[in-house]
Amino acid sequence: MATASAHHTARTQADEAADEAARTAAYEVVFDAAVAADERIEPRDWMPDAYRSTLVRQIAQHAHSEIIGMQPEANWITRAPSLRRKAILMAKVQDEAGHGLYLYSAAETLGVGRDELLDKLHSGRQKYSSIFNYPTLTWADVGAIGWLVDGAAITNQVPLCRCSYGPYARAMIRVCKEESFHQRQGYELLLALSQGTPEQHAMAQDAVDRWWWPSLMMFGPPDDESSHSAQSMAWKIKRHSNDELRQRFVDIAVPQAESLGLTLPDPDLVWNEERGHHDFGAIDWTEFWDVLKGNGPCNDQRITQRRRAHEEGAWVREAAAAYADKHTSPAVGTTSTTGETGATRA
Amino acid sequence: MTLTVNTAAALALGDDALVLSHRLGEWAGHAPVLEEEVALANIALDLLGQARVLLSMAGDEDELAYLREERAFRNLQLVEQPNGDFAHTIARQLYFSTYQRLLYAHLASGDGEFAPLAAKAVKEVAYHQDHAEQWTLRLGDGTDESRARMNVAVQALWRFTGEMFQPLDGVDVDWDAMQTAWLESVGDVLRRATLTVPEGPRTGAWTAGAGRQGLHTESFGRMLAEMQHLHRSHPGASW
Repeated sequence: MATASAHHTARTQADEAADEAARTAAYEVVFDAAVAADERIEPRDWMPDAYRSTLVRQIAQHAHSEIIGMQPEANWITRAPSLRRKAILMAKVQDEAGHGLYLYSAAETLGVGRDELLDKLHSGRQKYSSIFNYPTLTWADVGAIGWLVDGAAITNQVPLCRCSYGPYARAMIRVCKEESFHQRQGYELLLALSQGTPEQHAMAQDAVDRWWWPSLMMFGPPDDESSHSAQSMAWKIKRHSNDELRQRFVDIAVPQAESLGLTLPDPDLVWNEERGHHDFGAIDWTEFWDVLKGNGPCNDQRITQRRRAHEEGAWVREAAAAYADKHTSPAVGTTSTTGETGATRA
Repeated sequence: MTLTVNTAAALALGDDALVLSHRLGEWAGHAPVLEEEVALANIALDLLGQARVLLSMAGDEDELAYLREERAFRNLQLVEQPNGDFAHTIARQLYFSTYQRLLYAHLASGDGEFAPLAAKAVKEVAYHQDHAEQWTLRLGDGTDESRARMNVAVQALWRFTGEMFQPLDGVDVDWDAMQTAWLESVGDVLRRATLTVPEGPRTGAWTAGAGRQGLHTESFGRMLAEMQHLHRSHPGASW
């Protein structure tokens, strides 16, 4: 060690910088090869800073969407019209809290704690899915969220189960299983309404009319306007483009709408034999950007409720921390192993 | 509706579970920490499951939940009390889960009509009681603020606790012995939490079995209005 340190002091800073660059380049070769070979990148592996920050941004946004997404549905827990539906809805909202937990934990493996991410959410520095800035006005909205919003989320998330970052990919496997149950319950809820009384049918149609276009916007801007897409695809964080996923979703939703006996609010929606896909009408991207910028119907309401829950809960979290400090005194349970006490006991 | 003895008991126990589940459901999206979103929903779901079994023993679960008037509900006044702050929610849960744990442990050991439900529920309820106990310790022995809030909560809800031990026809329990065990268990938790064990009255004109007789507190009517509104707006519809 003495020789090494003497050698070290003799070197110039320029040499060190050059070494560092060479090491980084070597690491990068290993990283790129692992991604190319479809291997998983794990928390202790070297990764480019930009890969890490892209993942943190995406996982945080996903986690925030889960916990903000609890609000529009929780809005109906106390009014669910049957005990069976109430149990299903409560379980679903609970699952979303659980998804938030897995995802914040996945972000933690990248060195960012939950408190820091929540702080960014509360201060508007990180976003959540814009879809949750729309209100749930009737009971049928609970069904439309399950069928369309969770359906769109699954279309986005299934490919994430093969994401190059291990902890995120594994969290998504579990999330997707639960999401597919959520989507089925939404479909089944809407089916009951669609086949119910004329008032119930109208309620279901109204909800689908309001949620269809915002659901299509969930896939993000068109490919040529999507700022992060190309790099994320190269890193295999993302596997398909926004427009590909959107098309896949439309193709799945159209026959499902027919089985539900509900119409989708798009006069341009038609099967295109040549493409083997449905053509659909133009999306109002002005609305998308407007809601994203904070001008949606519920942006303020959602973030205000989140902040209030956090602030009003501060004394509870402080109490738990104070209690833990008082009751994890190192003296407890370790005294018997120290010399004197140990000797007495022996 | 003419009730047999056991139907009336099923209704009383079922209403307790239904109403407390509803109150806990009101926390969704408002809990102080994400882990509590999961935990409170879990307790609410367990209670709703118990309610559905018990109400089905008394009739059609949805008719009973959604079409009865306030005066026909047989739940304890304790469970209908508004959530208040987290300390009130925890104090309410400690009082009720300790009661349910003692009651269901007894019913599970017998061979009566409620034994199968009680055998399953007692496991769930043991977890509810533990959760409430753990939080009572943390809030009581946490910060000055949390201790003050928790003392207010255990005191405020104390007067609703005598009602739990008014004998319920159709439930064969030594109610006095159960009350003694309850006082011992709750008192022990409160003392370990460095809280003051309340000494005020636990029975009186409006606390002596009033909920079981269909006399409730003002906030309960609003709770039912919200819970029943959609169901009642579409008579005869299925969901």
